[in-house]
Amino acid sequence: MQMLTNRSKAVDRHPMTVWEKMYLPAIAKGMSITLSHFFKKKPTINYPEETRPFSPVFRGLHILNRDEEGRENCTACGLCAVACPAEAITMEAAERKEGEEHLYREEKYAAKYEINMLRCIFCGLCEEACPKDAIYLSETFAPSNYKREGFIYGKNDLLIPDPKKEPELYQKAVGERARKK
Amino acid sequence: MNITEILFWLLTAVALGGALLVVTSKNPVYSVLALIATFFALSGHYILLNAQFLAVVNLIVYAGAIMVLFLFVIMLMNLNTETEPQKNKWLKLAGTIAGGCFLLVLVAALRDADSKSTMALVGSGDTGLIQNLGKALFNEYVIPFEISSVLFLSAMVGAVVLGKK
Amino acid sequence: MIQLAIDLAFVLEKAILIGGIISVSLLVAMYSTWAERKVAGFMQDRLGPNRAGPFGLFQPLADGLKLFMKEEIIPNASNKFLFILGPGLAMMTAMMTSAVIPWGKQIEIFGRTVDLQIADINIGILYIFAVLSMGVYGIMIGGWASNNKFSLLAALRGASQMISYELAMGLSIIALLMLTGSLSLKTIVELQSASGGWWNIVYQPLGFLIFIVCAFAECNRTPFDLPEAENELNFGYHQEYSSMKLGFYLFAEYINMFMSSVLMATLYFGGYDIPFVNDASLIESMGMNMVAVLQGLSLFLKAAFFIFVFMWVRWTIPRFRYDQLMHLGWKVMIPLALINMLITAIVVLIKENGWPF
Repeated sequence: MQMLTNRSKAVDRHPMTVWEKMYLPAIAKGMSITLSHFFKKKPTINYPEETRPFSPVFRGLHILNRDEEGRENCTACGLCAVACPAEAITMEAAERKEGEEHLYREEKYAAKYEINMLRCIFCGLCEEACPKDAIYLSETFAPSNYKREGFIYGKNDLLIPDPKKEPELYQKAVGERARKK
Repeated sequence: MNITEILFWLLTAVALGGALLVVTSKNPVYSVLALIATFFALSGHYILLNAQFLAVVNLIVYAGAIMVLFLFVIMLMNLNTETEPQKNKWLKLAGTIAGGCFLLVLVAALRDADSKSTMALVGSGDTGLIQNLGKALFNEYVIPFEISSVLFLSAMVGAVVLGKK
Repeated sequence: MIQLAIDLAFVLEKAILIGGIISVSLLVAMYSTWAERKVAGFMQDRLGPNRAGPFGLFQPLADGLKLFMKEEIIPNASNKFLFILGPGLAMMTAMMTSAVIPWGKQIEIFGRTVDLQIADINIGILYIFAVLSMGVYGIMIGGWASNNKFSLLAALRGASQMISYELAMGLSIIALLMLTGSLSLKTIVELQSASGGWWNIVYQPLGFLIFIVCAFAECNRTPFDLPEAENELNFGYHQEYSSMKLGFYLFAEYINMFMSSVLMATLYFGGYDIPFVNDASLIESMGMNMVAVLQGLSLFLKAAFFIFVFMWVRWTIPRFRYDQLMHLGWKVMIPLALINMLITAIVVLIKENGWPF
């Protein structure tokens, strides 16, 4: 039969010679292979101390953004909820009252904003849909939980720490990806 | 009382106790284990008599090999008190007579042995050492030794023939 | 009144020596479990345990604690007395081997010269064989008392394997004994460490090869770990065991491994002899005690190397099938050992009496 490639090899079925029957060379060969692995560099990453770098396009947990003065960006326009293919986002809008200007950037804000992380497929369409740069996907995983309710993330789970009050936590939460933007 | 005496009495007690257990225990596995303990005690006696080679060979051959085979057979047959067949009373009678005959033979054999006059050489005898034993075996007793080895060979050949059938 | 005439100092000396050697071998066995997992990890491109303490050094303590804390289960249908006796026997026979091994030459404490050997009996090697053959009972009794078909099968496998390989091991050592002319381990070591004397491995390479293979089989280590074949016999003869009784079985295996490593070093690699150095001149320059420590260290290093080989082989060679095992033992190892014995005997005879023709 004509071979399509030259990669296949016929199985060698010749009777073993005395040298091969002693198995000692084969054993020595095997031992040398295992010993060479003994000195190889280990690919293990000691997780809590070391972490693998996230790729620049990684899409993890959502973050609701604030501006430099610590005001929430979200105006509860609902575009993210419409864009969401898994229908994981729900929100309730409310109007900004007098004296709340330091909390919300626009006149309208999201009084309730929930993402069901069990439904979410982390596609990032909400991020693309948002006109206010209010939501983006960070570089963390959704942690495990004992209850399904625990996976419904409310506003206080999603909101980024205030850059004025807690600048360090804010920097940590922003992550590499947002900083590049 | 020095160490040798203490050890002697201890080993004697173990040997006799073990031997009694071999006969009295219901479970054959216990019997085998008690027999092994007896062998150990006997080996201890050999060591006290400075017959170290005999002691160790006793352990290797009897306790290490033959009793393992016994244990093998007993474990595979799984002898329990429930499966033990009822013994024939004629069999019991035959056993008693055989035991009595053995006792008579023993008495007759040991009657002439003057155990009082020959003292055991405790810790100083050198017949049991491997060099002397080897020299004795291969000089004075070389013919019986070789004949017994031929006997073993024939037993081995017989086993192979039986196995090939 | 019975007078107790016992040399108390002698008894004390031996008791301390026994205690020391037992605790050292337990410690070595403990850290062999750690080393086993480390070596396994490294050979498989992993790191091995590294969480408990630096480099995972406290891992054996954690393992031991876990085994102690576990629930002790004795199956209802088992034979309780034998079930408990089994692991004890396994442990005891594993420890007993250390009695005749010379760990160093001599040390001087309080004006007493103490031999670093529990008992220098003139049949040291035979004693080791006797103890080895006792090792079968731990497995057999444990397997049978569990009242479990798999355990029984594994126990029978283990026992027949150990008996088969004991023969080849004995024959391989006979060739060595022809060279040394002594059964005492101390004499064997002294002959090797005497100036101008080579280690026995030079004279007996084939004998050593047979010995090491048989040692693997006696310790029930891979490639001969059929008695505890996890995927064929569930878990082997210790399937029903839990808690520290299981620990005893596992521990006995590691102690056996250590002891056979020490034995290999003693018989074939000069024992406590420090290589490339004349021990006698070293004693003059450094003092007896210092040299004894160095000798002990040298023996330990040799043993550690063999323990590493045990692990290395474990992660290289797969398990034998049962018929292959028996074929190797009876049809390869024993004839080879016999040939080795014959050649050695001829050479020794020619050396003593000259070429007859």
